[in-house]
Amino acid sequence: MGTINVSKKYTVKERAYLPAILIGMKITMKRFIQGFLFGKHDTILYPEKKRDYSDRFRGMHFISVDKNKTENCTACYLCETICPAECIHIEADERDEDNNPYGVKKEKKPVSFDIDALRCCFCGFCEEACPKDAIKLSTNYELAVSSRDQAIYDLDHLKRDMNGRSEKK
Amino acid sequence: MENTLIFDLSMMMAKILVILAGTLGVVPIMVWFERRGAAWMQRRVGPNRVGPFGLLQPLADVVKFIFKETFIPKNANRFYYLMAPIIALIAPLCALAVIPFGSKAIINGHEVILQVAQMDTGVIFILAFAGLEVYPVILAGWASRNKYSVLGALRGSSQIVSYEISMGLALLSMLVVYGSFNPHEMVSWQQGTLGFLPRWGAFVNPVGALIFWIAIFAETNRLPFDLAEGESEIVAGYHLEYGGMKFAAFFMAEYVAMIMASGLLATLFFGGYGILPGMSTLIQAIGSHFAFGEVGFQNLKAAFEFISFATKVAFFMFMFVWIRWTLPRFRFDQLMDLGWKILFPISLINLVVVTLGVYYFNS
Repeated sequence: MGTINVSKKYTVKERAYLPAILIGMKITMKRFIQGFLFGKHDTILYPEKKRDYSDRFRGMHFISVDKNKTENCTACYLCETICPAECIHIEADERDEDNNPYGVKKEKKPVSFDIDALRCCFCGFCEEACPKDAIKLSTNYELAVSSRDQAIYDLDHLKRDMNGRSEKK
Repeated sequence: MENTLIFDLSMMMAKILVILAGTLGVVPIMVWFERRGAAWMQRRVGPNRVGPFGLLQPLADVVKFIFKETFIPKNANRFYYLMAPIIALIAPLCALAVIPFGSKAIINGHEVILQVAQMDTGVIFILAFAGLEVYPVILAGWASRNKYSVLGALRGSSQIVSYEISMGLALLSMLVVYGSFNPHEMVSWQQGTLGFLPRWGAFVNPVGALIFWIAIFAETNRLPFDLAEGESEIVAGYHLEYGGMKFAAFFMAEYVAMIMASGLLATLFFGGYGILPGMSTLIQAIGSHFAFGEVGFQNLKAAFEFISFATKVAFFMFMFVWIRWTLPRFRFDQLMDLGWKILFPISLINLVVVTLGVYYFNS
């Protein structure tokens, strides 16, 4: 290592400082006119207009459902096991054997499926682990809540009828 | 006799009202423009929620300031603590009284000189009150008994003092040219043309104008010389312990000082209330269209003089905002270097050169 000296000799024009100021002022004036006369801005007016993220963005989870609005989750505990933040809590139960239209495909069901969004690190491991494509991450990033209890989402809240990840479709 | 007294008094009140209402009315507009202009220069939108184009944002701020708790720190020196914002606001307002905003209007057969206080020592008076601007900085910093405030006050006052010297020398070089302390005589000296340029002080003495211009940025604590404030180093600066209306007073004082400095710069170097080039034909056209007499012409001229003065002040106010959002701030040693090693010698040499020039042209 050792110190790298990046200083250089300044020319007279650079040392006079004023030409550089004028160049800077030209730039800000250009921006000012663009903003003032043409209303140009690079920011978005957030609550009215939302930033579009790609479908690969990992936001809040949801649990996909089939055409009967029954969740695809079979309470296999794979997501709970792989979760590095330990934010998923599942309680499993058997479906009623006599009255099960899915047969062997959905023998188990989650009685409760809670995700603590405050613990979650949005790594997406649960989504990768899931054999049924039941738990997925949506592109929803507006997760502000006013108390800690509200950040624990249950099964009813998580169930969504969506094809892909974003709500656009 | 009675009537003239009442007339004079009412005219005086009217002039004071014009200056006071004008200045304090410009402050909220400037606050809005500062924020909106900053946004435009940085490709943002800026405050646009309160009222049309966010124009009522300053009003919302004022309401917030008024309803805040009046808080005085336990160990603060109450008297000086409360004195500081008052001085900060009053000193530049007093200095504004001497800056003329027009030659004279004729009302009811009386000549009314458009300046609140007619003084032969006008510029000295302005300098005295501009010099008072150091006191609120020191008082506020010291009286609130906070280490950060004291640091901000020290930085601010040393900056103001070191720039006041070059400012005074630049002003002195103009006094040599004008040969008078009276702002009216300065403005009348600047009438006429220098070739194709107006005979403004800035074209007679460009170096002095530039130094004065730079110095008023430091005097009013504006960027790039806002060393009295520093969020990252000293939390806020000399007004750290102030809140509510007391902070609002400091905030307003900054803008009043900017208006005062702009007016002073316009009067000394940019023709003051002298009408802008091309306006005289406009006055002739309007006057002859409505068939004005001599009185009407004079009043029309006074109105246009006021418009010219306001335009110049508005331009310099815009420059304050423009420069603020263009330049990064100086480091403290760079600031002192610029003040003492560059501006001070240049202004001294400039004073000598201008004095020799005036001697040469007059003899």
